[in-house]
Amino acid sequence: MTKKNIGAHALADRLFRFVTGTAAALAFVIIAGIFVELVRNSSLSLREFGFEFLYSLEWNPVKQTFGAVSSIYGTLVSTCIAMIIAVPMSLVIALFLAELAHPTLSQVVGYGIELLAAIPSIIYGMWGLFVFAPFMADHVEAPLEQWLGFLPIFRGPPMGIGMLTAGIILALMILPFVSAFMRDVFNMVPGVVKEAGYGMGATTWEVTAQVIIPYGIKGLVGASFIGLGRALGETMAVTFVIGNSHSVSASLFHAGNSIASTLANEFTEASEPLYLHALVELGLILFIITLAIQIIAQLWLRRLGKSIGGGL
Amino acid sequence: MEDMIIPDITKAIQRTGYETAVVSGQVKPVPKISVRNLNFFYDRCQALIDNTIDIAEKKVTAIIGPSGCGKSTHIRVYNRIFELYRGQRAIGEVILDGRNILEPSVELIELRRKVGMIFQKPTPFPMSIFDNVAYGIQLHYQVSRNELAERVEQALKAAVLWEEVKDILQNPGMALSGGQQQRLCIARAISIEPEVILMDEPTSAIDPVATAKIEELIESLKLRYTIVIVTHNMQQAARISDYTAFFYEGRIIEFGTTSQIFTNPSKKQTEDYITGRFG
Amino acid sequence: MRLRRTMYRKILNQTVNLTALLSACIGLFFLAWIIVEVMKRGITAFNIDFFTKLPTPPGVEGGGVANAFIGTLVITVISTLIGVPVGILSGVYLSEFGGKSLLGKSVRFTLNVIMGIPSIIVGMFVYTLIVIPIGHFSGFAGSVALAIIIVPVVARTTEDMLNLVPPSLRESALALGAPHWKTTISILFRAAKSGMITGILLATARISGETAPLLFTALNSPYWPSSINQPTANLTVTIFNYAMSPFAEWQQAAWGASLLIMATVLATTLTARYIARESTSWKT
Repeated sequence: MTKKNIGAHALADRLFRFVTGTAAALAFVIIAGIFVELVRNSSLSLREFGFEFLYSLEWNPVKQTFGAVSSIYGTLVSTCIAMIIAVPMSLVIALFLAELAHPTLSQVVGYGIELLAAIPSIIYGMWGLFVFAPFMADHVEAPLEQWLGFLPIFRGPPMGIGMLTAGIILALMILPFVSAFMRDVFNMVPGVVKEAGYGMGATTWEVTAQVIIPYGIKGLVGASFIGLGRALGETMAVTFVIGNSHSVSASLFHAGNSIASTLANEFTEASEPLYLHALVELGLILFIITLAIQIIAQLWLRRLGKSIGGGL
Repeated sequence: MEDMIIPDITKAIQRTGYETAVVSGQVKPVPKISVRNLNFFYDRCQALIDNTIDIAEKKVTAIIGPSGCGKSTHIRVYNRIFELYRGQRAIGEVILDGRNILEPSVELIELRRKVGMIFQKPTPFPMSIFDNVAYGIQLHYQVSRNELAERVEQALKAAVLWEEVKDILQNPGMALSGGQQQRLCIARAISIEPEVILMDEPTSAIDPVATAKIEELIESLKLRYTIVIVTHNMQQAARISDYTAFFYEGRIIEFGTTSQIFTNPSKKQTEDYITGRFG
Repeated sequence: MRLRRTMYRKILNQTVNLTALLSACIGLFFLAWIIVEVMKRGITAFNIDFFTKLPTPPGVEGGGVANAFIGTLVITVISTLIGVPVGILSGVYLSEFGGKSLLGKSVRFTLNVIMGIPSIIVGMFVYTLIVIPIGHFSGFAGSVALAIIIVPVVARTTEDMLNLVPPSLRESALALGAPHWKTTISILFRAAKSGMITGILLATARISGETAPLLFTALNSPYWPSSINQPTANLTVTIFNYAMSPFAEWQQAAWGASLLIMATVLATTLTARYIARESTSWKT
């Protein structure tokens, strides 16, 4: 048989390594690029308003004065509501999937919960605006206002559109991610650890609360971080139901806005450069917040990866 | 050496015509690979210490020793497959056909064509039986379609697999039984005309019947190839090898003809291992 | 007294069990509610015109979203053509070369971080990067934004799937004398094929349903997609525009488009999961 010329192979392999390495390094370029572009394109607003941007309640495109408070407030409150609902719910759903349910049932139900994640965010928005908000107005907010209206958070006309509805829909959207992650954490706990608990006559809940959760606490916290990150950045669903109002109110029934919803609603309307730059500055703030959360979550989970064997 | 548990060395003794001559110094075996002062490191940890050994041409050399003593690490230097992993380094001389293969200037791909490797777990490629064997050929040679088919058939026949697969060549290689898969890997290795075949515990994942077939195959292969086989099965070493090296904690404790190692080991450690006092 | 304590513990346990079951049911209930509502309201919009005609001004009969459907298809395809190869190459680097090195770890970290960036920020980035310099919106910019979103997902999937391939398979190809690039392409990819395809399908399904990145890149258009260098009609932004409008016909069209998107995304997701389940046969 005639031999092939193999001299080119070493060169080909070096090229291979270079090309794949370059593709990988693009990740750095993208992150840096985003930061640079956001700063560049918010320079007018940064210079004009300085730090006042962060604590000004004004948002007046006519007067050209802008402040981020209502957007930041809305982002944080809707996310807070989502976390308060989603984290405990995810915990028990994960418990259900990992420990309580028959394996087949667990697989089927888990599949269904995962499908919640596959639904595009704009579908949540449509359903939220046309189906859920009216439902909330009539069947949840009205009674709440009637019975608990003395509390500032439940005061005001039950319109359906507003902070509470946005928070609930957000909770629904992050539920599949957080519960799937938590289920994986539960499944990672070694069987012997669980058996040690059961062997002492503890009930399922006791083993969960006193053995499994402490063992996997790092992973559970990490899962919550993931959910937090997603909730902060969620755009379309929130835009549909939060009402797009640049005001701050203690009432959960009130309309508001989040950074993402403001961007979605107003970006294409922004004709003046200052307006545009103010919006980009909002985006920069959101970027920094989510970046910080992501970095913290990654570092936290990295530590988890290293100590999988020793949760206690 | 009373009460020694003697493994099946009768076959080993039968081969001794040539070997007695070697042992008595009348004939020097031709070394295919000469290893001098080979040291190997996994990062800071030294796994091989001053290995020096001659692998005889067209003979079977077995490497035995307890788990973790460096047997696999040692033969993995011969085809520099360790270079796939960061932090693994080999220092010393491994001379094949007059050249130290550890030198950076050595053409790696040609080295790996000359020195083939069979792994513990059979590794058929995710393709048909025919393509498995053809893969290596097409890698290194220019062949016409007919010549390719011929070479594949030859390799499968040499690996004593042809009769079993000749009608199912398009079936996936992974659909074969464990023993067949391993013979497929052997066919694949010999299809590219190697000179040395390294075998890292080739039958430890295979049932006894298939193991016997592969051992028979090795006996026929050594007529054309130099074979180095790592095995933790001493009886296997005694059955099929001409020379045996005993490794312990990264060092070669003793090396000699198989019959000498198994019937008259000169080091106490060797004797202890062979008689099962540890291992 | 001991008996009462046990009973209390049992009751607590049962309560938790019930809560867990209830929560799972609530989740599934919402899933069903959403799917049913979208189907109910969307199906009323389905007719021949819906699938074949351009949109008409409100009040005029016979409008459709055919242009948006084609636009979404085109934008999605182009973004996968851009993003999937980059993602695969990155994944190959991480699995075959980067591994435990500092560069590899940093890249992995950065890719995970990118995955967490809100998609509207990515859209804004591409707006400042491409739309402003060129001077107008374009479907291409939209594809770039979606590509940025898909790269980390495909990279992670590729790396995970390649890492699942047993090291001995990789080693036996290299031991045969195959160069690294050939080993990766002809052996490793084949072994990891089904996992990688599943991952890519899931990622594609996800970006086809994205709205925010397209809001200020591809924008939207009432015309047939003629050039990728112009604002391009697409289903998701259409839904947004129509839903926010005061016109009943447009809102109905928004529902129809929603059903279309939801059905496509769910169908692709389920298919991908099905493929994943079926193709574990080679992993003996």
